[in-house]
Amino acid sequence: MTDASALPKPVSQNRAIWNQFRTHKGAVFGLVVLTLLILFVVVGPWVWVPEKLKVAEAIRLKNQGPSLRFPLGTDQLGRDMLSRMMLAGRISLAVGLVAMLIAIVFGTLVGVIAGYFRRMDGPLMRLTDMFLALPLIPLLLVLVMLFRDRIASVVGPELGAFTLIVLAIGITSWMATARIVRGEVLTLKEREYVLAARSIGARPNRIIRRHILPNVVSPVMVAATLGVAEAIITESVLSFLGLGFPPDFPTWGRLLFDGLQYMQVYPERVVWPGLAISLTVLSVNYIGDGLRDALDPRIRGR
Amino acid sequence: MLTFTLRRLLLAIPTLLVVSLVIFLLVDLAPGSPLSEIPLTVPPEVRQKMIEAMGADQPVFVRYLLWLRQFFWVEPATLIDGWFGTTLAEGEQRILSWQSRSPVFTIIGQRLPQTLIVIGTAYLVGVLIALPIGIYSAYRQYSLFDQGGTLFAMIGFSVPTFFSGTLFIIIFAVWLGWFPTKYDTQLEVVDWATFWEQIRQMALPVMTLGLANAAAISRYMRSSMLDNMAMDYVRTARAKGMSERTVVLKHVLRNSMIPVVTVIALGIPTIFGGAIITENLFGVNGIGAALIGAIHANDIPMVQTLAFIFAVLIVLFNLIADVLYGLLDPRIRYD
Repeated sequence: MTDASALPKPVSQNRAIWNQFRTHKGAVFGLVVLTLLILFVVVGPWVWVPEKLKVAEAIRLKNQGPSLRFPLGTDQLGRDMLSRMMLAGRISLAVGLVAMLIAIVFGTLVGVIAGYFRRMDGPLMRLTDMFLALPLIPLLLVLVMLFRDRIASVVGPELGAFTLIVLAIGITSWMATARIVRGEVLTLKEREYVLAARSIGARPNRIIRRHILPNVVSPVMVAATLGVAEAIITESVLSFLGLGFPPDFPTWGRLLFDGLQYMQVYPERVVWPGLAISLTVLSVNYIGDGLRDALDPRIRGR
Repeated sequence: MLTFTLRRLLLAIPTLLVVSLVIFLLVDLAPGSPLSEIPLTVPPEVRQKMIEAMGADQPVFVRYLLWLRQFFWVEPATLIDGWFGTTLAEGEQRILSWQSRSPVFTIIGQRLPQTLIVIGTAYLVGVLIALPIGIYSAYRQYSLFDQGGTLFAMIGFSVPTFFSGTLFIIIFAVWLGWFPTKYDTQLEVVDWATFWEQIRQMALPVMTLGLANAAAISRYMRSSMLDNMAMDYVRTARAKGMSERTVVLKHVLRNSMIPVVTVIALGIPTIFGGAIITENLFGVNGIGAALIGAIHANDIPMVQTLAFIFAVLIVLFNLIADVLYGLLDPRIRYD
C-alpha cells in the first residue's frame, strides 16, 4: 500500500498552469499592468467624460498644461488629452487583437493543412517562404497609401482605415504561427492516439478537430500574445509615418505622430502615447514569456 | 557544400520571381495610381502623351517583363559600364523615376551611403554591446547582472524605435543640448572639426537603432552560451585544469557563436526596414527616406524597385545565413 497522504494533492491542469504562471514575476507584472491599461481604455471614457466645449472656447484652451480640469493638458486644438489617450488606446488595442486573430486563424489553418496533408506541405510552405521574403514595412506602407481612399469611399474613413490596417497587418504576420503549428502537427500526427483514431475510421476532419487542434493550443496561445504586441507596434509604425489612422480617429501611434511637431515645447504629448505603447507591448511580451513557461509541461511543476 | 549553395541559389530564383510579380502587381494595379491624378483640365491628347511618356500605356505583363529586364540586365550592365568603360547597356532604357526623370539606381546610389553609414554603424554598435552582455549574463546566470540584462533586453524589445528615438531627442538634444536634433546630410567630412560634427549627429540615430538591435542579439547570445555551458566538453576542459577564461572565451564562446552569427546575418535585411523609421525621425536622407518620399509622390517605378531590393536583400541574407551555418558548424552537412 502506498501512502496516499504523502503525495501532493492532484491539481487540475488549469490550476497547475496558473501556479506556474504566478511564479514568473515578470508575467504577473505584465498581467497587472495590462489589466490596468485595459481598464483605463475600456472603463476610462465612462468615468472621465470630457466637458463639451464650443470651438471658440476650445481654441482658447489649447496647449494647456496639466491641471485638475485637464489632467494631461490639452492639444493644439484644445482637445482634452486624457480622453484622447483613452479613445486612442481602445483603437490601438482593438487593432492589435483583431489583427492577431486574423493572423492566428490563418496561420493555424495553413499550418494544420501543411502539416497534416503531405501533398499540401510543399506548396503551402513555399507560400510561407515567399511571404517571409516580402519586405513588410514598405509593402504595408504601399498598401495603405494606395487602398486607403478606395476603401474609405466604401465603408467610411474610420472603419475604412481600421479594416485596411487590420487586414494588412493580419495577412502579413501569420507566417510564424503557420511554421510553429506545422512543426507541432508533423510530430502529433505520428502519435499512437492519432493512429488509433485513424484505425477506427475517423475522418481527417474529425482527427484534426478532436486530437490535433487541442494539442497545438499552447504554442498558438504564446504566438497569439506575441502577435498582439507585434501588431500594435506595426500599427503605430504606420501611424507614425503618417499612413495610419486619421487624426480625428487616433491611435496611440497617431497621437505620438501628432505630438512630434510640438516635441520641443510640449514633450509630454509624445511621452504619454509612447509610454502607453511601450508599456502595453512590454507587459504583453512578459505575459507571453510567462505563458510559454506555464504551458510547457516539462518546465511546469519543477 | 558547393552543391548546396548552388541548389539554394537556384531555388531563390523562383521565389524572387514570384515576389517581384507580387510587388509589381500590387503597386501597379492598385487604385490611386498617378494616371488617375492627372488634372481633368489637361486635354485628352496631352494626357495620352503624358501616359505614353511614362510608359504606362503598355499592357501590365509587358511592363512587368520590361521592368524585370531592366532590373536584372540593364542596371547591372550599366554598373559594369561605369566601372570598366564598356558599352554593354548603351541605348538601353534604364528604370526611370517618375518624380525626377532620373534613373532610379542613380538616386539609390546617391542615397545608399547615408543609410549604410548610419545603419551599418548602428548594427555594429548593437552587436558589440550585445555580445559581452550575452556572454556575461550566461556565465553568471540568475545573477544581478543577468537580471539587469534580461530587463534591458525586454525593454529594448518592447520600446519601439520611434519612441526611444523621440525620447533620446527630447533628453539629449532638447534638454541637454549635447547632440543636434536633425541629421545634416549636406555635411562633408573634410577635417577633424567636421568629423567630430559627423560623430555628434550620428550619435542619436546610432544609439536608437543600436539599442534595439542589441536587445535581441544579446538574448540569442545568452541562450546559446547557456546551451553550450552544460555540455560535456566544458566539464572536460575544466577537469583538465584550464583557466575559466580559456574555457569560456575559447571553448564555449566559439561554439556559441555559430547560431548567433546566423542570427546576425538574418537581422541585416530587417534593419533596412527598421531604418525607414529612424531615417524619418532624424531626417537622414537615405533609402528609407527615398521610399517614403516615393510612396507619397506615387512614384511607382521607384517604389517597386526599392521594395524589390529589400526583398532581394532578405532572400540573399537568408541564403548567406544558411551557408554560414553549414560552413561554421561541421556537424551540419546539407548534402
